[in-house]
Amino acid sequence: MAWTKNVLRVNLEAGTCITEPLNMAWAHDYMGQRGLGTKYLVSEIDPKVDPFSPKNKLIFVTGPLTGTMAATGGRYSVVTKGPLTGAIACSNSGGYFGAELKFAGWDMVIFEGASAKPVYLLITDGQAELVDATHLWGKTVWETEGIIKKQHQDPQIRVASIGRAGENRVLYAGIVNDLHRAAGRSGVGAVMGSKNLKAVAVRGTRTDAYQIADPEAFFAATEAGKKVLAANGVTGQGLPTYGTQVLMNVINELGALPTRNHREVQFEGAKAISGEAMHEKRPTDGKANLVTNGACFGCTIACGRISRMDPNHFSIKDKPQYKGASGGVEYEAAWALGAANGVSDLEALTYANFLCNEDGFDPISFGATVGAAMELYELGLLTKEEVGFELPFGSTEAMVRLAELTAIGEGFGKTIGLGSKRLCAKYGRPELSMTVKGQEFPAYDGRGLQGMGLAYATSNRGACHLRGYMVSPEVLGIPVKMEPQATEGKPAMLKAFQDLTAVVDSSGLCLFTTFAWGL
Amino acid sequence: MKITLKLFASLAVHLPAEVRSSHSLALDMEPGATVADVIQRQGIPPGQCAIVLVDGVWVAKAARAGRVLSEGEVLAIWPPVAGG
Repeated sequence: MAWTKNVLRVNLEAGTCITEPLNMAWAHDYMGQRGLGTKYLVSEIDPKVDPFSPKNKLIFVTGPLTGTMAATGGRYSVVTKGPLTGAIACSNSGGYFGAELKFAGWDMVIFEGASAKPVYLLITDGQAELVDATHLWGKTVWETEGIIKKQHQDPQIRVASIGRAGENRVLYAGIVNDLHRAAGRSGVGAVMGSKNLKAVAVRGTRTDAYQIADPEAFFAATEAGKKVLAANGVTGQGLPTYGTQVLMNVINELGALPTRNHREVQFEGAKAISGEAMHEKRPTDGKANLVTNGACFGCTIACGRISRMDPNHFSIKDKPQYKGASGGVEYEAAWALGAANGVSDLEALTYANFLCNEDGFDPISFGATVGAAMELYELGLLTKEEVGFELPFGSTEAMVRLAELTAIGEGFGKTIGLGSKRLCAKYGRPELSMTVKGQEFPAYDGRGLQGMGLAYATSNRGACHLRGYMVSPEVLGIPVKMEPQATEGKPAMLKAFQDLTAVVDSSGLCLFTTFAWGL
Repeated sequence: MKITLKLFASLAVHLPAEVRSSHSLALDMEPGATVADVIQRQGIPPGQCAIVLVDGVWVAKAARAGRVLSEGEVLAIWPPVAGG
């Protein structure tokens, strides 16, 4: 396996960066990434620790295949005790950051303590140091990445950072690397903010960072795997062309698209915010929202969406920074920012998604919380005076305004930043929060897809679609077709998916390989 | 007998250009027409029909020739796709 066998332990209070050997017995038993990072975390922290206490730790961890030629081998995870759920937060990201960390000579970075002043960690080929980040505090992810690259005169530096949402401790703030790939869920970015850690910047060029035991056999195996991905209809054609967003119409036709805070299960605006719509030319400027697809390190699928907004859309009229191409909406984001609150303006969704990337907050939890707030407003429990503006279901302007306010931590954005569990409890209607362990349901209705409902209920990080993707058997017929509303056979199938997912999330590979390689 | 055919993603090319962006086409079929009959009439490669729903209910590959459509039903078809 491709281990550097090095762990970087960074004490933010003392300002020290010390290399220690990777516990290879644990690497053997817990594989890597999610498994290994979780083992380190539970071995080192008190389970009752306050997530924002300096005694909580924040772990960036790669897998044994991260940074190798294995298809999709670019994943890393961030593991900590999460503030949204109070459970172990393990948030997984792609892009190029994870592989770069490996090339610089470390498998894992463990942050402990908290810094007295803002800092960032700079890692370059076997060297690591904490650098003053006072000038970066208050900056967005996009600004931070640009400044660090310019400051060190190296455009190839890979940066994982928090935006203002992480600084302001939005409970679902994420950590964003490569501008629009994110360890997005459960508030790992808020923990990073609580430690006064603005960014981790990595440049790795070492060709001797790790050794593959049998390079020839490894090459043959990875080549064979890539051929399977290329030949598969989902990973070879469906995902590159339409991305995850192709699901919008599928789930809507099935009657399992949670709409307006789960009041309904079909959204009349689904077509307008779908993957197909991203390909269509806009009547306003004759251009499509989707510019191209994008790939993470080592990926031969390339499901990522790169979008460019209509430059005359009301949300960005005087904001040139949003007029270039950047990370477009994936299915979960499009659902949360759209169907979950009844908004069907694809351009507005794209803008809100840009804000989530720019200031580092989870579009699923944000959009779902807006949906809950709109329901409270419709019920008369939340007033225009408290919010500052009208907040009915379907208000594009309100959704956009709340994204802006949440990003900067002002006005009613502060309350939205608490997530829907705390919001609905505050207004006396906790049952309106669509959450498990305080984390918002993603884009599949657990009533229409019973297996997904069970997956949410039993997910160890709170409601999540990525801990056991029962959509595969219930909707897509992979590996076998199961009746969506039946319950028979679902627990055993879910357990198989949860176990499979745990392995993939611990390997350094992307879960999407399982559509071709899975059960 | 009037039914609605919806074709999504790359299958939309099998719809007339003027309705392609709506993904939806009203069809007049003979009574007794099956899902397989519609697929054949529209010239959709059967191997590309990965997800087939009638009024939101899955129709397995083996059942398509035997699933008789009724007035007003909606037949929706996708190629191999997935998300997450």
